[in-house]
Amino acid sequence: MRITLSVNGEERSSEVEPRRLLVHHLRDDLGLTGTNVGCDTSSCGACTVLLDGESVKSCTVLAVQADGHEVTTIEGLAATAGASDGEGAAFHPMQRAFHEQHGLQCGFCTPGMVMAAVSLLKEQPHPSEAEVREGLEGNLCRCTGYHNIVKAVLAAADEGVPA
Amino acid sequence: MTATDAPGTSTGGAFGQRLLRKEDARLLTGEARFVDDLAIPGAVWLGMVRSPFGHATIGSIDTGAALAMPGVRAVLTGDDLAGAWTGPMPCAWPVTEDMKAPEHYPIARGKACYVGDIVAVVVADSRYAAADAVDAVVVDYDALPAVVDLEEAAGDRVVIHDGLGTNRSYTWTLSPDPDAVEAAFAGAAHTVSERYVQQRLIPEAMEPRGVAAVPGVYGGDLTLYSATQIPHILKVQIAATCGVPEHKVRVVAPSVGGGFGSKLNVYAEELIAVAVARRLGVPARWTESRSENAVATIQGRGQIQNMELAADAEGRITAVRASLVADMGAYLQLVTPGIPLLGAFLYHGVYDVPAYHFECTGVFTNCTPTDAYRGAGRPEATYAIERAIEALAREVGVDSAEIRRRNFIRADQFPYASIAGLTYDSGDYEPALDKALALIGYEQLRAEQQRRRDAGETRQLGIGLSSYVEMCGLAPSRVLASLSFGAGGWEAATVRVLPTGTVQVVSGATPHGQGHETAWSQIVADKLGIDPADIEVLHSDTAISPLGLDTYGSRSLPVGGVAVGMATDRIIEKCKVIAAHQLECSEDDLELVGNELRVRGTPGRNMTVQAVAFEAFTAHNLPDGVEPNLTAQVVYDPPNFVFPFGTHVAVVEVDTETGAVDLVDYAAVDDCGPQVNPMIVEGQLHGGIVQGAAQALWEEAVYDEDGNLRNASLMDYLVPSAAEVPSIRLDHTVTPSPTNDLGVKGIGEAGTIGAAPAVMNALIDALAPLGITDMAMPARPERVWSAIEDARRGSGPAGEGAS
Repeated sequence: MRITLSVNGEERSSEVEPRRLLVHHLRDDLGLTGTNVGCDTSSCGACTVLLDGESVKSCTVLAVQADGHEVTTIEGLAATAGASDGEGAAFHPMQRAFHEQHGLQCGFCTPGMVMAAVSLLKEQPHPSEAEVREGLEGNLCRCTGYHNIVKAVLAAADEGVPA
Repeated sequence: MTATDAPGTSTGGAFGQRLLRKEDARLLTGEARFVDDLAIPGAVWLGMVRSPFGHATIGSIDTGAALAMPGVRAVLTGDDLAGAWTGPMPCAWPVTEDMKAPEHYPIARGKACYVGDIVAVVVADSRYAAADAVDAVVVDYDALPAVVDLEEAAGDRVVIHDGLGTNRSYTWTLSPDPDAVEAAFAGAAHTVSERYVQQRLIPEAMEPRGVAAVPGVYGGDLTLYSATQIPHILKVQIAATCGVPEHKVRVVAPSVGGGFGSKLNVYAEELIAVAVARRLGVPARWTESRSENAVATIQGRGQIQNMELAADAEGRITAVRASLVADMGAYLQLVTPGIPLLGAFLYHGVYDVPAYHFECTGVFTNCTPTDAYRGAGRPEATYAIERAIEALAREVGVDSAEIRRRNFIRADQFPYASIAGLTYDSGDYEPALDKALALIGYEQLRAEQQRRRDAGETRQLGIGLSSYVEMCGLAPSRVLASLSFGAGGWEAATVRVLPTGTVQVVSGATPHGQGHETAWSQIVADKLGIDPADIEVLHSDTAISPLGLDTYGSRSLPVGGVAVGMATDRIIEKCKVIAAHQLECSEDDLELVGNELRVRGTPGRNMTVQAVAFEAFTAHNLPDGVEPNLTAQVVYDPPNFVFPFGTHVAVVEVDTETGAVDLVDYAAVDDCGPQVNPMIVEGQLHGGIVQGAAQALWEEAVYDEDGNLRNASLMDYLVPSAAEVPSIRLDHTVTPSPTNDLGVKGIGEAGTIGAAPAVMNALIDALAPLGITDMAMPARPERVWSAIEDARRGSGPAGEGAS
């Protein structure tokens, strides 16, 4: 099937098998490998992207279901905030908060965790610690014990992250 | 902690700073490349056909239907690839001379010994085609009785490896004076006899494994990309097992998404990728699925521990006797048999004990092989002694903190020659305990606990302590030799100051989340007085970093980082030789202040390190006999392990009506000597503590009697999310190690080592009024609820047998 997605603001048109997962389409067809695959049961959240601005696990979405929709991946996140700062990299404020609060170690869960956190603050701009913890329940991290991830999300909320 | 606390470091200032990580930008923007992210033109995808039986003979393998599918290039069995291996898969740690080890090849032939054992490999044009074809390979299995229970396996009713004649691989004993142990128990005022089960755990690094073997078709060389902690060790083993000359092998670990020991191995899939790539002359790649990871990647723990203490009337421990049965799984992987023995010396923990006996029997089962998982032997040892000392406290009738104080090795006893044969480098245990109790508010919590008990509330409070010491920084090569380990324990570092004044550091350590690029930069920047941003740390590619022994056992900093510091010291020495020559002074007259080599007492006569580097590059005016360029390499073999320590306090709430346990607060005071980057130290502790708490409360690889893993997915295996755990309070003390120039100790495993016993002690403490003194891990609600019900009815054990 031929599908056309707006990915990080760019029209991308491709021929895909009907069964192709959105995450494999992003990674293998479009070369956007920042979105990771950490499980096969939609449990870990490493593949979280924004679909029309809302977080989805891109391993539970078929590429054809995203036809005609807007997808934002970690590669395109900074541009959504018009960001151009950071140490040699353009950071969205959430990315900067993760950097400043040491909210990542190996970095594999990080793209999905950041996208989930952006989506969380869109729904709840000023969450409590407990609300951040509940809100990120669908994203697993094995390195940080979540302590600094939670700090990062709360710090980003304090600064008023753009949705 | 400030840099000036650190012995042997300059006052450059970068050491000890909370420098934000250099690694972050690429990981935060998606620019980082993990193995599955690599674009490899022309690569074929591999799919593994795995045994669905725990124990079965393999009959015919029908590949016809798979081969007929579109995009499938080949299906290869163990027979097809038998000629691809020059030897079996390596077990580098034959712990005893008579250890029994089955021959283990990447693809099973004749018999499969665990669910997940590879019986054939599919080669296809895409990952989807490979996955489809795996399901189409028809293997004729004949199921055999399986053995999963450790003690049953030791009884040999079912023998897994016919040629060995038994499931018992080895028995290893450490018993410096058996008579002294007997005498201590005979004369004891109090004794404690406990049995603990260390359940099997799935490491669950967030990145599953991946591998890509890329042959140089014309050059005869081979590059292996692998999600591994050990590219250097893997290079040697590829040469040994696949017959590729070692000088033709390059191994690259690109960005690696966590390891926790699970990527400290030489895996079948790596060797299969090499074999297929060489046979077909094309790149061959494989990415593990999560459910595949659960059975195909090593698991951790898996022990039954019998733990006995003898003590005098005041509760001072006079002897420790520990006896283990350890689960090897179906085969011996790289260091499987040695893992329990990394704890063998630590069953008396932080306590001054005069008599000691340890023995461990390694047993095969029809389960995934075990091997190193965060802490590797030391969490098990710490759990046993820290649970047992609580039992002793109950027996003697003293408080948890008091029993520890009575037994601590005193500060004036360091360096401490332990009864188990170690020399603990440095320590001061009581201040860490005091600080941890203050941090958590111990007295107030005890008062609140009493209030809830008196009020008969359904949410009872429990407070649990754990004081640990661990041996890490693997390791002095001669000590490893005495333990029959198949390699050394040194680490290599190269520092180069380039002509334009920036610096490259080459490290043989292989980070996969630990932040070495940042920390190593701080060590060098501190000594050379230059900006950490002007330093690049290179690693994880055997072509760039040819010498190394990689990252595990909390060794990177106390071995690899120390080597970086030593190489930097050599750079400074060479700078002084060149600067003295050009400034026409004695080397002794030079001092390094910031990045300037100054002639003492002569303002204005100086050269920067960067200027010396340029002079060393042009070589126009060097002293006779001095080699051009400012570069230094050090290979450091540590004289001893290092021994970080600390006290953790966990607070749990137990709902006595449902058995639900909430970890509500946690304080840890750890001592790893001077901290290069406190932010990174804290991150290691946060993650480690949650992993340890997860063993106590949630995680267990559950096998049925046929050897099926019942919770192979992340839906069924409970890796905690942010919602399950609290924020963690941390503090530290600083007791430098005298064994290395930086005074540093490892911290990668300490959190995990301290956490599980603290949480379990808290849970048992909460239930103490019911008379409950034991609980098995993980303390799932139904297990806790059953224990409460049994206790209320006054029947049945609450512990290890109650699952």
